[in-house]
Amino acid sequence: MSMAKQTAGSRKGKKPLRHFIPFYLMALPGIVYLFINNYMPLPGIVLAFKKYNARLGIWGSHWVGFSNFKFLFATNDAFVITRNTLGYNLAFIVVNTVFAVGVAILLADMRHRIKRFYQSVILLPYMISMVIVSYLVFAFLSTENGFINNSVLLHLGMEPVAWYMEPAFWPLILILVNLWKVLGYNCIVYLSAILSFDKGYYEAAAMDGATKWQQIRMITLPLLKPVVTMMTLLAIGRIFYSDFGLFYQVPQNSGALFSVTNTIDTYVYRGLLELGDFTLSAAAGLYQSVVGFILVLVTNLLVRKLDPASSLF
Amino acid sequence: MTMLTKEDRIYQCVSHVVMMILSLNVIIPMALLVISSFTDNDTLIRNGYAFFPENLSIYAYQYIFRTGNAVLRAYGVSLLLTAVGTALSLAVTIPLAYALSRPGLPAKRLLTFYVFFTVLFNGSLVPTYMNYTNVIGIKNSFWALLIPGLVTNGFYILLAKSYFSASVPGEILEAAEIDGASACQTFLRIAIPLAKPIVTTVGLFAAIGYWNDWQNGYIYLTKRADLYSIQNLLNRMIQNIQYLSQNVSNIRDADVGLAAIPSVSIRMAMAVVGILPILVLYPFLQSNFAKGITLGGVKG
Repeated sequence: MSMAKQTAGSRKGKKPLRHFIPFYLMALPGIVYLFINNYMPLPGIVLAFKKYNARLGIWGSHWVGFSNFKFLFATNDAFVITRNTLGYNLAFIVVNTVFAVGVAILLADMRHRIKRFYQSVILLPYMISMVIVSYLVFAFLSTENGFINNSVLLHLGMEPVAWYMEPAFWPLILILVNLWKVLGYNCIVYLSAILSFDKGYYEAAAMDGATKWQQIRMITLPLLKPVVTMMTLLAIGRIFYSDFGLFYQVPQNSGALFSVTNTIDTYVYRGLLELGDFTLSAAAGLYQSVVGFILVLVTNLLVRKLDPASSLF
Repeated sequence: MTMLTKEDRIYQCVSHVVMMILSLNVIIPMALLVISSFTDNDTLIRNGYAFFPENLSIYAYQYIFRTGNAVLRAYGVSLLLTAVGTALSLAVTIPLAYALSRPGLPAKRLLTFYVFFTVLFNGSLVPTYMNYTNVIGIKNSFWALLIPGLVTNGFYILLAKSYFSASVPGEILEAAEIDGASACQTFLRIAIPLAKPIVTTVGLFAAIGYWNDWQNGYIYLTKRADLYSIQNLLNRMIQNIQYLSQNVSNIRDADVGLAAIPSVSIRMAMAVVGILPILVLYPFLQSNFAKGITLGGVKG
């Protein structure tokens, strides 16, 4: 009795700052890490407005205003990397959503125990590193030793294809590899939503003689709409970012494919570590960060309008 | 009334066919990888990677383990990195999330925003690279594998924070404190056991992140190939198959030289070695991982 009173009392009354010292100590390592990893690099953004000179360092290098950006956008690269980043992400959003929703609907209705097996198997690629994925793709597409050239095309009497030299195939390959990798993950999100729907709707519909297809169209899909909208908006918030491993490792950094595999992330990486072109790389990176920031803010605003509980802030 | 109608049966049938195709899409590439790693190298050169090779051989694995101090070393690095990284990640993420979840914490909004801002905006690769290279100075050290980007992130922290707020009853924590438990004891003995699902989830994400990471080594280890993780070694080998034999520091057997390298099969054998821990632990990983994704809900 007295304890309950005390609890209520302590909640109302302000606790002394001393009481919170242990909590600040608990928070400290994380705060320090985020400072080092996320805040300390921020001043380095000025590099995008400078002509980098390694001898003078970031701060000693000369200011050049927006000329790095002018130079970046004067090249064809800026167009190509923006087009590829946006184009692939849009394709991923459509393809991944259609497949994940479809598979989730099929799994939700499945009675047999084997559904757990299917679910585990399609989640496996999500846990594999992109380096290993690039090996798997290589086993199929290698020009000399690949399965497709040596077993499939040969038996069909077709000429071998130099896969890593032919840009035309790669949009499809990358979309399929990406789908393969993330399907299991996305599917779980939709499946858990479907399993939370009220079974009563389906029983009522079945009683009225609705077919399976009608139930999916009239009940499942409309109920899923908010989840799909939310996932899509969150993906749009990240539309200026790409999976570096997918676009760098899987095509094996092949120069012949850059026109269809170069994204903002791979461009920034190559600029920095292969070409040593710090300033253009920094400019492209800042372009990505700023547009990405605006997109996250805008999409979150929309999410908050639709469903406050799902918004990030 | 549980009799299946004809339509239901067709629907179930089609579902199973679709799911089997999708499952085979995962199993077949894995099978090609494993079978190729056990195929005789000359057969591979003649016929390419195939599901039913003429001659099997375990030579690629023998080669790895005979000359493989590079491989074993990289394996050791990966194991150490994953163990240390996961522990570090939990030690940094969970206490911060717990602190942010405590009601009445002064400057809580400011601290939460401090965490949240890192989700919204990042300085991108160049400033981050310059920071770790020139200011922190961890290039070409084990720290370079451990620290950049992987320890924690705003998303994990906020996910764990909302779990503590929503699923760990404040009354229990307050009662413990009134009973004389220190803040630390309350956290370790009461809050963490109650938050086990989120602790497992964050630990699992961190462990997979560390085991699979190749970027840190690729970016920061320019001169220290001896610190390569298994992913870095694999990455190096797909670019340059001779790399392994060049890097063998002490070739003890004269016959295991550059000429004897089973260049085609060893790639796949290395990939199998790299994927093995994930496959072995998969039953444990997948059930917890699935729970974790559901926990993260749409925000995942």
